[in-house]
Amino acid sequence: MPERDAAERACVFDEVALGYTEEQALAEAARCIQCKNPTCIEGCPVRIDIKRFIAHIQLREWAEGVAALKERNALPAVCGRVCPQEDQCEKTCVLARKGEPVAIGRLERYLGDYDLACDLEHRCKPVVGEPTGRRVAVVGSGPAGLACAGELRRLGHAVTVFESLHAPGGVLTYGIPEFRLPKQIVTAEVGVLEEMGVELVCDAVVGATYTIDELMGEEGYDAVFIGVGAGLPVFLGIPGENLNGVYSANEFLTRANLMRAYEFPMYDTPIWRGRKVAVVGGGNVAMDAARTALRLGAEEVFLAYRRTEEEMPARREEVHHAREEGVRFEMLCAPTEIRGSDGWVTGLVATRMELGEPDASGRRAPVCVLGSEFGIECDTVISAVGTRANPLLTSTAPDLELNGRGYVITGDDGSTSMPGVFAGGDIVTGSATVILAMGAGKTAALAMDDWLRSRDGVIARPDVR
Amino acid sequence: MFPITHKRVLSDSVFEMGVHAPKVARKVRAGQFLMLRTDSKGERIPLTFSDWDTTCGEVRFIVMRVGKTTHKLSHLEVGQELADLVGPLGRPTHVGGLGRVAVIGGGVGAAVAYPVARAMCEAGDEVTVVLGARNKDLLVLEDEFRALPLRELVVVTDDGSAGEKGLVTAPLKRLAEADAIDCSFAVGPAIMMKFCAQTAREHGVPCTVSLNPIMVDGTGMCGACRVSVSGKTIFGCVDGPDVDGWGVDWEQLMSRQRVYADLEREADSEYSKGCSCTL
Repeated sequence: MPERDAAERACVFDEVALGYTEEQALAEAARCIQCKNPTCIEGCPVRIDIKRFIAHIQLREWAEGVAALKERNALPAVCGRVCPQEDQCEKTCVLARKGEPVAIGRLERYLGDYDLACDLEHRCKPVVGEPTGRRVAVVGSGPAGLACAGELRRLGHAVTVFESLHAPGGVLTYGIPEFRLPKQIVTAEVGVLEEMGVELVCDAVVGATYTIDELMGEEGYDAVFIGVGAGLPVFLGIPGENLNGVYSANEFLTRANLMRAYEFPMYDTPIWRGRKVAVVGGGNVAMDAARTALRLGAEEVFLAYRRTEEEMPARREEVHHAREEGVRFEMLCAPTEIRGSDGWVTGLVATRMELGEPDASGRRAPVCVLGSEFGIECDTVISAVGTRANPLLTSTAPDLELNGRGYVITGDDGSTSMPGVFAGGDIVTGSATVILAMGAGKTAALAMDDWLRSRDGVIARPDVR
Repeated sequence: MFPITHKRVLSDSVFEMGVHAPKVARKVRAGQFLMLRTDSKGERIPLTFSDWDTTCGEVRFIVMRVGKTTHKLSHLEVGQELADLVGPLGRPTHVGGLGRVAVIGGGVGAAVAYPVARAMCEAGDEVTVVLGARNKDLLVLEDEFRALPLRELVVVTDDGSAGEKGLVTAPLKRLAEADAIDCSFAVGPAIMMKFCAQTAREHGVPCTVSLNPIMVDGTGMCGACRVSVSGKTIFGCVDGPDVDGWGVDWEQLMSRQRVYADLEREADSEYSKGCSCTL
């Protein structure tokens, strides 16, 4: 897929991957052999009929292709960009056994973008079922909430989505940078949901402005879906973490993405633009933070990870993009202290690691090499070592059963210990991917539909399921 | 959008604003805060509620013009709107069962001290308020405090233009030495809270402080507001804003509050160029 040149793109926030041209999409689709038993579909967490949407591309039936995609995925332009296809559909593609799998993600993006380029009237909007008279509150407008809302609306329920921030999208808006997922795409995909009749209420913090009990009580909702994400950033737990110049990746990315601090002072939110930036962590969030720091003008950005590149949870493509743009990788490196002077960061002290026996995650555990401490000069440290469950909502819902780490306990269908209350996404699983959260949102929507229809007598189910 | 329903100028740089936000108003308790954004390019800033009315759905807060966002706010009038207002956030102040308590409000901190003192009075605590400001013009809500059933209201100004001349720590010390208080609550500039906590500690009097660190989302998501309290890092937004003043690392808090000082000055002076006001 065509990309912006690495040197050119490393200082701007424009999207890196440019997407297929029509010719390229047709050429790539032509590689799909239309297997009798398409194994790619098994690799997709939301079971998109990949074979069918690619067949439509082969026949240049764009609108039909979009419709096939949207039967299973309300946000194709988003997923085509941020799904780890190499670990999902493309991994199980038959062609992957012998060589290059079909670039399913890029084809999905092509159709998603095709749809968003249409005017609203001609855009593919899933058919909304007969009104059921039931009202559902969806808490959180990230991937889980949006997927759940879209599905519930399709099934004929009235849906209100509550978002705590001033803009919808959750991690798609505050977390994933513009150069990887343009905010205009998120806005457009959310727009389609609103067009379907999903009501969106921003600036509403469930756990503060409302409680779950109030939503189910005086606010008159028949069911609630909790998709609030994981939330609280984890810090390194080492001396110096509260020095000026130390950010959580959440804060750094929220300032840059949601608040558009990279356009300061046109936008009012400031951000500290470090000259030499250390990012700690090895996931996609770490890559996003490192690449954002470069674009904010850092002369040098290095990424400290305590294992090796092999174990890094980030997508290969993201690692590749980061390296191409000039991010330096410091592997087997664990920070032990952040040094500072006059309250500001001046450097990191780190220790060398080596890989020992496999740990609970199956990856080889990093072990300190004694006496290997070394110093690295930097003026910014960004901690991208994960998140934990935010208690803001759960602490105000005493009947909601949580596990020992504060995540919501659910059945396979997303049901919780509270009747009519369902949950899905990172607040159930801990940090995972956009598509897994969407899958959970969708699964819960179907279970909620069953629950809503069986309550007070059965209402006939439309055939859209 | 959130319509502005009330505005009252309190001094050259301080004003009170009321905003129609009924869903928020019905939930507010003393000590909690809101986050607001003036417009679509605005930043999110935290402000503590100074008052609220569940009947008409209005929330109020007091603002001191210190940077671009508060400068923008100062130009908004009744009938105009704020882009966003979220809340109530943070834990409410603990009231009731406190016994004899000194509530110290410095500068616009009085805006927080007022609902806190009122809630304490309603909960049966015996409240003495120490109201401090640099000078008479910056003294806010004095009449409102006088209307509360306080044991005593002590007014202090740096220059003696109203009440006693001096700092708020002097009456606090006096009350502690006379064994007239069981605990204290201080809100105002960090430096003032630091010395209140220190004075209280010297006399073995617990001192709760209401912190005002920098925040972005206000719901625990970013961690910008982290503060060291008794050697432990907490998030001001969800674990606070009230914390044990004895344990706060004040130097760190004050240093963190200044992270963006240069950028904020730059933004405000840029904005002020295109602004005809004399503030």
